[in-house]
Amino acid sequence: MSEGGDRIETPGIETRGPSIEAKGLAIGYPAEDGGGTIVLSDVDLIIERGDFLTILGPSGCGKSTLLRVIADLLPPLAGAISVLGNPPARARSRREVAFVFQDSTLLPWRTVRENVELPLQVGRANVTRPIEATSDELLALVGLAELADRYPDQLSGGPRQRVAIARALLCNPSILLMDEPFGALDEITRDRLNDELLAIWRRTGTTILFVTHSIMEAVYLGRRVLVLAAHPGRVQEVVDLRRLKDSSGGLAREAPDAVAAMARLRQLLARQVS
Amino acid sequence: MTRRASDKAMGAALPVLGVLSIVFLWWIALPLFGVPAFVVPTPLAVAAKLIGEWPFLLSNALPTILESVLGFLFGNLAAIGLAILFVYSRPVRAAYFPVILFFNTIPVLALAPIIILIFGLGLLPKIIIAAIICFFPTLVNMVRGLNLPSPNELELMHVLSAGKAEVFWRLRVPRSLPLLFTSLKIAATTCVIGAVVGEWIGSNQGLGALIIQSTFNYQSDRLFAAVFLASSMALIFFGIVALVERWFIRARLA
Repeated sequence: MSEGGDRIETPGIETRGPSIEAKGLAIGYPAEDGGGTIVLSDVDLIIERGDFLTILGPSGCGKSTLLRVIADLLPPLAGAISVLGNPPARARSRREVAFVFQDSTLLPWRTVRENVELPLQVGRANVTRPIEATSDELLALVGLAELADRYPDQLSGGPRQRVAIARALLCNPSILLMDEPFGALDEITRDRLNDELLAIWRRTGTTILFVTHSIMEAVYLGRRVLVLAAHPGRVQEVVDLRRLKDSSGGLAREAPDAVAAMARLRQLLARQVS
Repeated sequence: MTRRASDKAMGAALPVLGVLSIVFLWWIALPLFGVPAFVVPTPLAVAAKLIGEWPFLLSNALPTILESVLGFLFGNLAAIGLAILFVYSRPVRAAYFPVILFFNTIPVLALAPIIILIFGLGLLPKIIIAAIICFFPTLVNMVRGLNLPSPNELELMHVLSAGKAEVFWRLRVPRSLPLLFTSLKIAATTCVIGAVVGEWIGSNQGLGALIIQSTFNYQSDRLFAAVFLASSMALIFFGIVALVERWFIRARLA
């Protein structure tokens, strides 16, 4: 990961106001007859621009579903959600939102570079955002410049996720949604990718929503942690870690503050189980 | 010679040896069991026929080649077109897939006379029979192939605001190509079967007609030569499709 260099700007079309705002939002899977299965309800949430929000909660609490609503992959069942002051579909069609899946979702017949360049080849009719970084610059940013001409099946899990991140950054998104992106990686790779993601976040100023199962990851990355409860899915608490973090967003994993925050989150999650 | 080169030479030599041993057995078995030449000819007699009657055999192979190739093209094109329709319209698929499934259970030998009856004795009915035989495997594989993209891949395309045509060309088609080539390789050999079966039932030219006539006339050497040509044809078609597939894989389009 190269430090320094030019900061990649994120020119939003709406330059003021929160990044994401939800009021009385209920999400879930719509049914044919109009009703639907509610997974998560009564979400009132304001996410400021440039925030790094990690989302923690038991299985079935609607962590991923929340990201999918923001990305316009799923319509909300009730309530209001705005993304950069617009409905999710509008933000999506302007390429304000990028998504990183747990499996890297690279197309195996394309080289690493061609995978990163996919956003240049589809959906261009709607794009008004300028593309500022080339695929090679982004591959250098995620430390994969030498592997640009390889194919995804020649890479292991860590590098594959780096490619997925580079692809997400190509459109210079205001909001980066990450659904357990490092969940399938070994711990050492995960730690390194966490550091690199923080560096990318600092450089780009992108708002990041990051779903994880790992309490440590949630504390290490997030400026705030959204703790969700399941059955029924609801917001349990938003834990603010900003006062613990230095200006670069960093926090040593072994720092007493970090340990205390992790203990508190563990308690919150454990309370749900009993 | 290095070990690797000698392994390679062995790899090429063994199948040739296998073929030669069977030809040799065929040769010595005929006098051994007293099989008359009008029932089973010697390999030499077949070879002599192939060389001696070359223009006559070729003039009969040409219509069969034409029927097979056109049947292959139309059958597969129709299958690909219908597969695309099925993938994009659930009602159409639900309405017609069972009918086609039923249609596919009719043996081509039972279907051929009906088609000859409807379309007469020209080239057209043979092309149709060859096309029908190619149609079904390609349809089934193509419907499966076009539906192979994972939910995440489709969601990725949605987040990127990709249009329907872009999802089709950039995702569905590349995903389906390996399965398409599997069925095209099947079709490359079965289209010849379709053409020959069509010629059996009503034709005075083509390898199928030649096979029937030679059988009735006890011209076993000509019969064997015609069979040999038909199977060589299928082999060559298969080879061409495999070459095209290899080119696609090398270009990493599939």
